[in-house]
Amino acid sequence: MPNNQQFVRFDKVDKSYDGKVLVVKDLNLDIAEGEFITMLGPSGSGKTTCLMMLAGFETPTNGEIYLDSNPISNIPPHKRGIGMVFQNYALFPHMTVYENLAFPLRVRKVSKDDIDKKVDKALSMVSLTGFENRMPGQLSGGQQQRVAVARALVFDPAVVLMDEPLGALDKNLRESMQYEIKHIHESIGVTVVYVTHDQGEALTMSNRIAVFNDGKVQQLSSPDKLYEEPVNSFVAEFIGENNTFGGQVTNFSKEKCKVKLDDGSEIFANPITVKSNGDKTTVSLRPERALINTKEKMDNNFKGKIEEVIYHGDHTRVRLNLLGNKEFILKVPNSSANMDIKLGNQINVSWNSHDARALDPK
Amino acid sequence: MSSETRQILTTDGIPLEVSLKKAERKNKIKAFLLVAPLLLFLLITYIFPIGDMLLRSVDDKMVTEMLPKTFKSMEDWDGNEMPPEEVFEAFYLDFQKLVEEKRDGKLSTQLNYTKNGFKSILKKLRRKAKNFEEGNYKEQIMAVHKRWADVEYWRAIKRRAPAFTSSKYLKGMDMYKNEEGKIVSVEEDRRIHRVLWLRTLEIAFFVTLLCFLMAYPIAHLLATLPMKYSNLLMICVLLPFWTSLLVRTASWMILLQQQGVVNDFFVMIGLVADDNRPEMMYNKTGTYVAMTQILLPFMVLPLYSVMKTISPSLMRAGKSLGGTPFVTFWKVYFPLTIPGIGAGCLLVFILAIGYYITPALVGGASGTLISNQIAFHMKSTLDWSFASAMGLMLLAGVLAIYWIYNKLVGIDNIKLG
Repeated sequence: MPNNQQFVRFDKVDKSYDGKVLVVKDLNLDIAEGEFITMLGPSGSGKTTCLMMLAGFETPTNGEIYLDSNPISNIPPHKRGIGMVFQNYALFPHMTVYENLAFPLRVRKVSKDDIDKKVDKALSMVSLTGFENRMPGQLSGGQQQRVAVARALVFDPAVVLMDEPLGALDKNLRESMQYEIKHIHESIGVTVVYVTHDQGEALTMSNRIAVFNDGKVQQLSSPDKLYEEPVNSFVAEFIGENNTFGGQVTNFSKEKCKVKLDDGSEIFANPITVKSNGDKTTVSLRPERALINTKEKMDNNFKGKIEEVIYHGDHTRVRLNLLGNKEFILKVPNSSANMDIKLGNQINVSWNSHDARALDPK
Repeated sequence: MSSETRQILTTDGIPLEVSLKKAERKNKIKAFLLVAPLLLFLLITYIFPIGDMLLRSVDDKMVTEMLPKTFKSMEDWDGNEMPPEEVFEAFYLDFQKLVEEKRDGKLSTQLNYTKNGFKSILKKLRRKAKNFEEGNYKEQIMAVHKRWADVEYWRAIKRRAPAFTSSKYLKGMDMYKNEEGKIVSVEEDRRIHRVLWLRTLEIAFFVTLLCFLMAYPIAHLLATLPMKYSNLLMICVLLPFWTSLLVRTASWMILLQQQGVVNDFFVMIGLVADDNRPEMMYNKTGTYVAMTQILLPFMVLPLYSVMKTISPSLMRAGKSLGGTPFVTFWKVYFPLTIPGIGAGCLLVFILAIGYYITPALVGGASGTLISNQIAFHMKSTLDWSFASAMGLMLLAGVLAIYWIYNKLVGIDNIKLG
């Protein structure tokens, strides 16, 4: 598809509220047309500020934001044509569902017939047909959220921003809404910029995820890449579960390096950010990449003592004391082959050096 | 499902409802005892006085009790010609009794209210009646003064027969019952109350409007400014509340008088000539200025409490959906503040309509309100029944406004905080 790869472009954007601290530092970010991009990060990482700058409620202190190649810093919010879904829905409480949806169309002087058609279409998209005359107060949280989504889409904006829209919903509803929003995005192909601090939500919904920390984008890539190949220890730590070993590179080569851990033992790892012998590093390993009692040949094989066993239904979480790390987590599928997982047992753990990523030190 | 309802019993076999009532009784008594002092207080200081006011305003028993025999004998008299002999006799007997009890002065005051000219002829009658002979009182009384032979005066006495009267209310509206019992307006140059009623409504309306126009931006600022500044602003709004009403009014007098600060300033910047200083006090202007300032907090606070609850994301949502700032304000923000506007306007209007001290001090002749007239009758003319009648009319007016407001906006739409 000949999509515009730079449909939304943040160009060297800085943002400071008080003139002392930069909330967003030198942000460069391209968003393609039709993409579902998520800004993920802990609170205070600058992701919401970026969204607010894009919506026009905050102005960049420095730099420029482009929408379809046009700079938009001097365009007021109501002329940007960007739909927005707010965390607390922000439905107009004194208007019916119909009037809420008709609001963006009425201010655009759309004819009455077209308004009716578009509102109908938007409501059926979020499966709320027949709710036109309800007041927002008479709807459940999930229904209100769907109205908010429909309202942000009803005037066919080029970009829709969503600021933690599912934060107030309970877990089950949140999950079903995630799929619903994803399907809506797929069916109408609108560009979505989504902000959340929930990594599960980000992984489920997005084409690409921008992980924010400390005012900077730490990594921008697809969900699988983000999980499998984090580029630094913050991303490795923030996304999913993670076992870490602190140490020093002793034998560096491009493919494989040896890392001497703090307790003296040595492991093989995949050099990502380390460049030479003597570099400090944090080795990151996903729990499901380490296997127990395996017959496969792997280049890291160690023995650890089981400290804790937690039953999770489909799998068992095992906490080991391994190579000086007392918080080493294993996810073991529940099958008859793994019956010797008992508290206090010594157990063989192995992993491939390719999966152990030597990243920057914490 | 079976339609029969079975009585549910507790484990002891007592019906559940009885048991529940018993269990709740203690709480109910406790709750009542907690509100009892307030209830008693309200009863003594509010319900009784209003009831008393109502009675006083229609009470006309005084004359009825002073002339019992006269009114009884007048029952058959149609009022077209002079009353028959028995009426004169009854009147003579009643009057003699009053003279003995030294209450004839009160009677003459009361009858004089009904028709001018009673005072002198009653005085004369009192003097002459000492020498009356028994029998044929009609001729003897008619001989005392020619007005006693005028049927108009006897009709005037008969009009005072009922124990209750609406005359005070009519007087409040510049109307009275004429000789034929018809309700008519007084002559144009003697109408004072209607002007006052209209002026009271007019001033209350414009003071409410001015308060609204000034309070809305203040309240909006209060609700949206950061805590640090909004606290300071809140103190500025509340400061007048902490100052005595009298002090505030007096300071307005210092500011507004002809040699006052405001006039001096106008002269200094050349807005007015020194020998042509405008009068800003002892007229409507003074009343407007001072009352608006004094009643402003009553508008700010309800507005503020409503605006505080409006999420700023609603305005953002409006803008992101394409509404210009004005459209967003008008379609989203303003409708949400209506409960506060309603509460503030109702509060200010009702307070303004019965305002007394400020118009009394800075109002002069053209800036006084109906409440000043009520106070005048309470203190100066001592016509308490007339003051009561006007007070009740004011109360009825306020209730009417409340009712209209309820019909238009709905009273449950009000939010005071």
